[in-house]
Amino acid sequence: MKRKHKRLTFVVIALGLLGVAAGLVLSAFEENIVFFYSPTDIAENNVAEGRRIRLGGLVEEGSVKKAGGAVVNFRVTDLTTVIAVTYKGLLPDLFSEGQGVVAEGALQGGVFRADEVLAKHDETYMPPEVAEALKKSGKWKGPGESQGENRGKDNNK
Amino acid sequence: MIPEIGHFALILALLVAFVQATMPMVGAHRGNQAWMAIARPAALTQFGLVAVAFGCLTQAYVTSDFSVLNVFQNSHTAKPLLYKISGVWGNHEGSLLLWVMILSLFGSAVALFGTNLPPGLRARVLGVQAMIALGFYLFMLLTSNPFERLSPVPLNGSDLNPLLQDPGLAFHPPMLYLGYVGFSMAFSFAIAALIEGRVDAAWARWVRPWALAAWCFLTAGITLGSWWAYYELGWGGWWFWDPVENASFMPWLAGTALLHSSTVVEKRDTLKGWTILLAIVTFSLSLLGTFLVRSGVLTSVHTFATDPARGIFILGLLIVVIGGSLALFAWRGPALVSTGVFQPISREGALLFNNLVMTTAAAAVLLGTLYPLLLDAIGGGKVSVGAPFFNAVFIPLMVPMIVAMAVGPLLSWKRADMKPALSRLWAAGGVMIVAMIAVWAVETDGPFMGIVGIGLAAWLFMGILSELAGRIRLLQGSLSESLSRLRRTPRAAWGMTLAHLGLAITIAGMTGAGAWKVESIQAMKPGDRVSVAGYDFVFDGARSGTGPNYSILSGTFRVLRDGQLVTMLYPEKRVYNVSQQPTTEAAIHTTFLGDLYAVVGDEDETGAFVTRLYFNPLVGWMWAGVLIMVFGGVLSLSDRRHRVGAPKKRGAGLAQAASA
Repeated sequence: MKRKHKRLTFVVIALGLLGVAAGLVLSAFEENIVFFYSPTDIAENNVAEGRRIRLGGLVEEGSVKKAGGAVVNFRVTDLTTVIAVTYKGLLPDLFSEGQGVVAEGALQGGVFRADEVLAKHDETYMPPEVAEALKKSGKWKGPGESQGENRGKDNNK
Repeated sequence: MIPEIGHFALILALLVAFVQATMPMVGAHRGNQAWMAIARPAALTQFGLVAVAFGCLTQAYVTSDFSVLNVFQNSHTAKPLLYKISGVWGNHEGSLLLWVMILSLFGSAVALFGTNLPPGLRARVLGVQAMIALGFYLFMLLTSNPFERLSPVPLNGSDLNPLLQDPGLAFHPPMLYLGYVGFSMAFSFAIAALIEGRVDAAWARWVRPWALAAWCFLTAGITLGSWWAYYELGWGGWWFWDPVENASFMPWLAGTALLHSSTVVEKRDTLKGWTILLAIVTFSLSLLGTFLVRSGVLTSVHTFATDPARGIFILGLLIVVIGGSLALFAWRGPALVSTGVFQPISREGALLFNNLVMTTAAAAVLLGTLYPLLLDAIGGGKVSVGAPFFNAVFIPLMVPMIVAMAVGPLLSWKRADMKPALSRLWAAGGVMIVAMIAVWAVETDGPFMGIVGIGLAAWLFMGILSELAGRIRLLQGSLSESLSRLRRTPRAAWGMTLAHLGLAITIAGMTGAGAWKVESIQAMKPGDRVSVAGYDFVFDGARSGTGPNYSILSGTFRVLRDGQLVTMLYPEKRVYNVSQQPTTEAAIHTTFLGDLYAVVGDEDETGAFVTRLYFNPLVGWMWAGVLIMVFGGVLSLSDRRHRVGAPKKRGAGLAQAASA
């Protein structure tokens, strides 16, 4: 085989691999991308039932109810719209009323059935999506306006 | 006073780095020996200064000097000493200081031990190192000064995030950084080689040990982080394809490719341009990894608050480093001539295949990690790309590579025949099929990937053993001949064999933990019994207690199998006094076939506790496999060739003669 042909062989193999990877990426993107919604987005956009999404907002004060058998019901609000959430399992350590939360799951009969509630590692932290959802609903009153003054901890994993 | 000394030392280090980044470069360009010689004392001085700064910050932490803002934010008098010290790097500013200290440590290692490198190359390598350091000093002094003072001085600190008060995580960042920064050496050598327009075997012999050491540290660092997530987050998982995890995994993939391609440069004098490019890419991904965690732009299960104001500087730094080095590569890269030629079916071909798969996988992970940012930037909405995406892309890419991994070492350099290589793998093929049938028989309803994963692990494991057997001519000659061949096998070869065997064991572990995990979530009252994977977990209640700086809720489980006591498990829930932040401490009992894993939650009104019980199959294999991989790397690093041969005068002399 000539040098040129050999190079060509490798280029073909590399392109083939890239093609396979691109195909895998595209098909995986189709099925596995999860969009983020605030409660208001869900109310306005008619999100399809059963479609996997992420929901973000604040846990409404006084809404957390343990339903027995490790099931927890609570409501998530962006201070404009409220949506009921049900979740089975241990809540992350920093889950509490009035705090920001991100839940992943799907709508079922108007209730958001979460199978994952995102853990945060810091009590002063607000997920950027939640902050944005609150800003959009005009109810943002967090510390974000003065980022320089943020006394939140900067911790590495 | 002492914090000011640290601050001042940092400013001096910046100035020294500036001198080190400019004069030796100019000197090397003009052939001025005196200017080139400045690099060595400058590198040593720079390290001394950063070490002083680091020492000052450590002193502030150990003595709980809360007039330093950084100490106030991340420490507390009641914290155990280990976490006072690990608190130094458990935050943004301190971790950057650690990063740059390791960088200057490696720089001074070149200055001290690189005496037999060609002087021009050494001057340029140290110059590039100083340029990287310069970026970090500027970043720290302008946006993230660890020595910033606070007035009035608070009485006590606000404590280190309790999740970070853990032995696994105390050593995770330093390990990770040793890996990231280790790849900076490969990068500096690559840039220096581009400027010189020459890459030879002597160059590869210098780059390879650094890449290997960095790889060992990075592997260990990633595993420590994964292990921590496994026992501390209490979800029974060990890898979440989370942006922060991906950030450390991408340099690992590229670094693994670099490790393999640098072998080809060293042994066969080819793939030079590619290796240089990989060195640039690996370090760029390391930089991206360092900053991705810090920029606060990605929502992650490990998210920590960060300051977006630093984002611009980080972005600028990344553009300069990555853009600059790639531009240099585009300009100078074509000048690198490879002399070795090889056929597609050959050892080089197999290593190149490994490289292509690894880089493709790294690119796919990069795309999945950054896609949410890109989509948001163009106004496409907020999305998250989670584990299903990465599994769907990453696993199919790895399957052909693992199949090829057993074949590659059997191929000869330059030109090889597939047939004899494959004929030596009949045993591996047989064991693979038996393993797959056995798995199918035991776990008939299990996922298909479980069968494939165990089959691949068996194939790889037996393939590596076949290669070893062939190398020592087992069963082909006398036993004593085989034993003496075994003894004479160089450590580098042992390193490869062990690292690949370790990977096979790790794959088996990952497959088991991924495919056959049994999870049970329920509310339990004292005396309740739950059966998980054939084990009975009996809940004996929970009691309260206190630790050094936290209060404890400790649950008690008896685990029975067929009525026989297997083990007691005591999972804890801790609430830290200062931050009132709770953490979960899972209780884990490791057996050969899997981990028994229990987590206890809060008590509800009826007196029941929410519990999570898991059987995580083969998790122990995963950790053991990684340990074997790292051990293989260390063994290869201790090879005579690296100790005696690496800075080989003869090799360097020959290279110079050849280029003259």
